[in-house]
Amino acid sequence: MTTVALLSGNEAIARGAWEAGVDFATGYAGTPSTEILEVLATLPGPRCQWSVNEKVALEVGAGASWAGARVLVTMKHVGVNVAADPLFTLSYTGVRGGLVLVTADDPQQFSSQNEQDNRNYARFAKVPMLEPADSQEARDFTLRAFALSEEHDTPVMLRTVTRLSHAKGRVSFGERVASPVEKRFVREPEKLVMVPAHGIRRHRVVEERTRRLAELAETTDLTREIAGEEGQPGIIAAGVAYQYAREAFPKASFLKLGMTWPLPRRRIEAFAARHRRVIVVEELDPFIEEQVRSWGIAVEGAAARSLVGELNPTLVAEAWGGESSPALAACPADLPGRPPVLCPGCPHRGIFSLLKARRVVVSGDIGCYTLAALPPLAALDTCLCMGASLGVAHGVERALPPSERRQVVAVIGDSTFFHSGLTPLVDLVYNRAHTLTIVLDNRTTAMTGRQQHPGTGRTLAGETTPEISIAALGRAMGIPDVVETDAYDLPGLAGALDRLLAAPGPALLVNRGPCVLLTRKPHGAVLRVDETKCDGCRRCIVVACPALSLTGEGREARAVVDAALCTGCGVCAAHCDRAAFVAAGEGGR
Amino acid sequence: MSAVTSVLLAGVGGQGVLLASEVLAEAAALAGSDVKKSEVHGMAQRGGSVVSHLRFGPVVHSPLIPRGGADYLVSFERLETLRYLEYLHRDSVVLVNTQEILPLPVSVGKARYPADVEERLRATGARCVFIDGHGLALAAGNAKAVNAVILGALSSILRFAPDVWAEALRRQVPARVLDVNLKAFALGAGAAAAGPVR
Repeated sequence: MTTVALLSGNEAIARGAWEAGVDFATGYAGTPSTEILEVLATLPGPRCQWSVNEKVALEVGAGASWAGARVLVTMKHVGVNVAADPLFTLSYTGVRGGLVLVTADDPQQFSSQNEQDNRNYARFAKVPMLEPADSQEARDFTLRAFALSEEHDTPVMLRTVTRLSHAKGRVSFGERVASPVEKRFVREPEKLVMVPAHGIRRHRVVEERTRRLAELAETTDLTREIAGEEGQPGIIAAGVAYQYAREAFPKASFLKLGMTWPLPRRRIEAFAARHRRVIVVEELDPFIEEQVRSWGIAVEGAAARSLVGELNPTLVAEAWGGESSPALAACPADLPGRPPVLCPGCPHRGIFSLLKARRVVVSGDIGCYTLAALPPLAALDTCLCMGASLGVAHGVERALPPSERRQVVAVIGDSTFFHSGLTPLVDLVYNRAHTLTIVLDNRTTAMTGRQQHPGTGRTLAGETTPEISIAALGRAMGIPDVVETDAYDLPGLAGALDRLLAAPGPALLVNRGPCVLLTRKPHGAVLRVDETKCDGCRRCIVVACPALSLTGEGREARAVVDAALCTGCGVCAAHCDRAAFVAAGEGGR
Repeated sequence: MSAVTSVLLAGVGGQGVLLASEVLAEAAALAGSDVKKSEVHGMAQRGGSVVSHLRFGPVVHSPLIPRGGADYLVSFERLETLRYLEYLHRDSVVLVNTQEILPLPVSVGKARYPADVEERLRATGARCVFIDGHGLALAAGNAKAVNAVILGALSSILRFAPDVWAEALRRQVPARVLDVNLKAFALGAGAAAAGPVR
């Protein structure tokens, strides 16, 4: 039975995995990959769970696969960096049940700290890479990836990008088929225990497997040719870049690669031989181009385009002389930007103005609170990767003279803390660092859409589970000063901050305030500004609340509250020394 | 105009741009087209610029609209319209909700909200339709139904069968607010049909 629906790339990957009889799925939330597990978790059959991070997810996935389960592991591109350690050796051990690792890359950095091209991981780890070009292929290729994984005893990577994960298209799909693999653990130490003597033998197996996969690439229908008109260029492309190229070159011939590692050398040679002009259209790195050139094939490629940012049909047309339509007007250069900001009522806005006032170095991390780096809050000094705030703060402290050591704090969210904050906290306690670690505990993984984590007391499936206490973990590590604060109690928070900044040893402050998007309930009465008291000092404006703005110029300037956005949290009022903020109902208005 | 119709929907996080593009995609699919829709998540709740590319026709390749390729620019906020002028072509139609939502640089006094949005739009020569989406949503009974008002306005320009729109709304909008949304949709359709053009 076939059904047709409009599905996003992520929904289609979940659907393909489900139809393949996937038994187990795990990963860590990260845009643009998050919805894959969330959608799969709503379908009957597979066990789906969030892991604390991508390395753990892949390790759990490896165990499940070795015991016979078909396994899907999902993450965003930077998550593969975290999972790289098990990935490279999993390539040696191979699998039993099919294991598909989804990497959701983010060209253009819509919500990421870099825009790395994870096709490089497939070559580096010596595992096959499939690249679907639309939602239909996302479903089809996922289904195929499980069989490929079992046939060739290898994890298979499936790469999507933001423009595929979050694009919708028509998909026809079928029913679930049970996994053909028997669920039992088979003792095979020479394959699964990667001590050097076993590993060196497995490396030979991997090289032989790559040779077989390269042969498969020559014949697989995952790769196909689309004939164009005589005299038109021949274009080699994969993934969403293929779609842009078809738009820009409607009459060209295409070699559309479904598997981008290993590449089909003979097919590419034959295709290139039939065209006077051969173009490789790909996003980010010249991954295909460099390999093809290494075989002595002359192609046009990255020299014509930027290596930065995502492609689109216009950029492809401009780079290689394709078809484009004239634009009626240019975008004005003088428009004010519209950066995203912390939500109105966000409990973790207040602490940033307190930190700023204390002029400490604030080592930040990955999550909503990274938005505090943008003006006017401008309260973060560093942000490297998930969990790095603690290690970076520790390192800054190591370099500073002793008199300034206490002036460094690490700020990290609760989900990020469980992801990779534990080990650097152990490290700084062990090494007698002084760093103050502040966990902004909003009881969820807010930035990616409010996923559960080990501190929330709920699993992905909605089951109750022990709530792991971050404060208790800190005490168990031997941190002498562990304080829990209420994020909205700014005087209390200020007092705790001052005490901990003066304390001699490492300290942990868990600032508790649930994400406003969890309950969507107002905190108190909506506020308004009493214009007779406001003198336009702008102290409230600096907290960067979307509900606050200024009207009037110079000395006439006054703060205004947008009643539709205000949640009554009172953080702005706490910054006002003229008591100009009053409940909207009061004062006869 | 090519066989593919391209609609660019732009607005501010929280306005329901993504839900509106979902309804439009559903409508186009119900009308029998191939459909592709592309957007970026993450700014939705946080007041950032939001844009969604929607394309439908016999076969759609790129999920992104090329520059100069938008047949319809549907803007949920006055200023946001200007950000996407390079997508317009000679025969484009621009539908603008005249609502203003101040970007943070404006609300903190670091930048100015352009006062001449409508003039700049008219100067492009594109056909423009302006509606008061916020006012009509309030009239329908819910300020959050702005997106339904805008879809209603679009329905009087981009013609699918009425039952296609109703079915698409029914599939995408939560049942408890469906009535308000249908009312807002009707008000939007009426306003655009009567409203000033060019």
